Amino acid sequence: MLYINCPHCGMRSQNEFSYGGDASVKRPELNKEISDKEWDDFVYNRKSLRGKHLELWQHISGCRQWIKVERDTATHEIFKTFKADEEVA
Amino acid sequence: MQKYSIFNLVKNAFTNHENWDLAWKDPTPKEEYDVVIIGGGGHGLATAYYLAKEHNITNVAIIEKGWIGGGNVGRNTTIIRSNYMHDENGLFSEFGMDLWRKMSQDLNYNVMFSPRGIINLAHSDAQMNAYARRGNSMRLNGIDAVLLNREQVKEIIPMADFSENVRFPIFGGLMQPSAGTARHDAVAWGYARQADSMGVDIIQNCEVTGFEVTAGKIKGIRTSRGNIKAKKVGICVAGSTNILAEKLNMTLPIETHLLQACVSEPVKPVLDNVVTFGAGHFYVSQSDKGEMVMGGDLDGYNSYAQRGNLPTLQHVLTEGIAMMPFLSKLKMLRTWGGIMDMSMDGSPIIDKTHIEGLYLNCGWCYGGFKATPASGWTFAHTIAQDRVHELNAGYSLNRFSSGNLIDEKGLGTKTWIS
Repeated sequence: MLYINCPHCGMRSQNEFSYGGDASVKRPELNKEISDKEWDDFVYNRKSLRGKHLELWQHISGCRQWIKVERDTATHEIFKTFKADEEVA
Repeated sequence: MQKYSIFNLVKNAFTNHENWDLAWKDPTPKEEYDVVIIGGGGHGLATAYYLAKEHNITNVAIIEKGWIGGGNVGRNTTIIRSNYMHDENGLFSEFGMDLWRKMSQDLNYNVMFSPRGIINLAHSDAQMNAYARRGNSMRLNGIDAVLLNREQVKEIIPMADFSENVRFPIFGGLMQPSAGTARHDAVAWGYARQADSMGVDIIQNCEVTGFEVTAGKIKGIRTSRGNIKAKKVGICVAGSTNILAEKLNMTLPIETHLLQACVSEPVKPVLDNVVTFGAGHFYVSQSDKGEMVMGGDLDGYNSYAQRGNLPTLQHVLTEGIAMMPFLSKLKMLRTWGGIMDMSMDGSPIIDKTHIEGLYLNCGWCYGGFKATPASGWTFAHTIAQDRVHELNAGYSLNRFSSGNLIDEKGLGTKTWIS
């Protein structure tokens, strides 16, 4: 069982959350020429790192906010959680 | 190589079975190979075997970080099937079914292939329609498919829940009678033994740490046991593909996720098919030892842990008990996990890469085991001829950018959409 510290609600079990994937993926800017490669990287290609991984979760059975979680994909250790719009140091 | 037969079994009985040959050797890596296959799982071993058998390329090494049979080839739920709707998947898997049927004779190793049939249960009229469509597509591709109504399903699996007041009543199902199971360890060992006997070096406990690429051409690999030169390199490391891709500065349409499976205590024969729940993701079969072998959903977040988390297991088994209530009486014997390459459209990749002489076999999602022979056969062809075979032409790496996705179920890594 993972325990995720929601920045809005505090420590909750993973059962309350839904996963949203790699949080480092950036949507190409609107109103700009977008190459196929850029679009491909945004939609499909993922680094899927082993180790520290910044990812999105939604507190779906709680405050329903999207949050960012820094987690180790090999040990499942959670280092830090952030609000969705919070800068990650 | 010593042939496994009843005569050799009797002969060796006289010497207390102390003089059998080793099934495969433990060689030190040579300086150079024609082909190096990274990953000694089912697919890697099969690739090496078909390189030797079909293409006469025997100066081959398999580089395995752990040991033969220790990865996903020993962790899957042993299901073999070709019940796909799309041509790319259907024709590829049905070619594999043919290899499965001949495998024990071909490898001189009993892989205990048991074509016991698979039934996908339907729980609504709409699902029955969808299965009728899939069954018709299968039959057009020469794959056997039978649409069963509720009464027919009840005759085959009377222990399923056919009561009236259940949340997901059984309307019927789609059956592929020729599908089944096989003993997964035997598949790994059988391929390893034959590949070894034809001159392939199986190098275990050897981790690949990097690649030698000059002017866009592969020259060799760096490993924990020294550098090895190679004219061609095939990557076949489901679950760890992204780790090797990072060393090549490649980003792939793949995420690594964890999939769990479990077996119950052994019980007397009760289920002689593979059955899948149609209102979620759960499948069950009974092993020859009597254990109920069960599996289902991914844990749902990127993971390299090779061990699972209980909430997913509880979720999966809840579906199982909804489908077959008697499962709740059984004690759990073992649970385990393996790491999967989840591709973005749920279909695999067997292709060349932008680096000359480097080939990629990955993205097997939930269905790697059943693909073992067909994957090895087509990957060997792709490596030997430096071009894809028509069977794996659809499994291209650029299909994501070109828009030619193989949208079998419409779900890859994003299982929460289902």
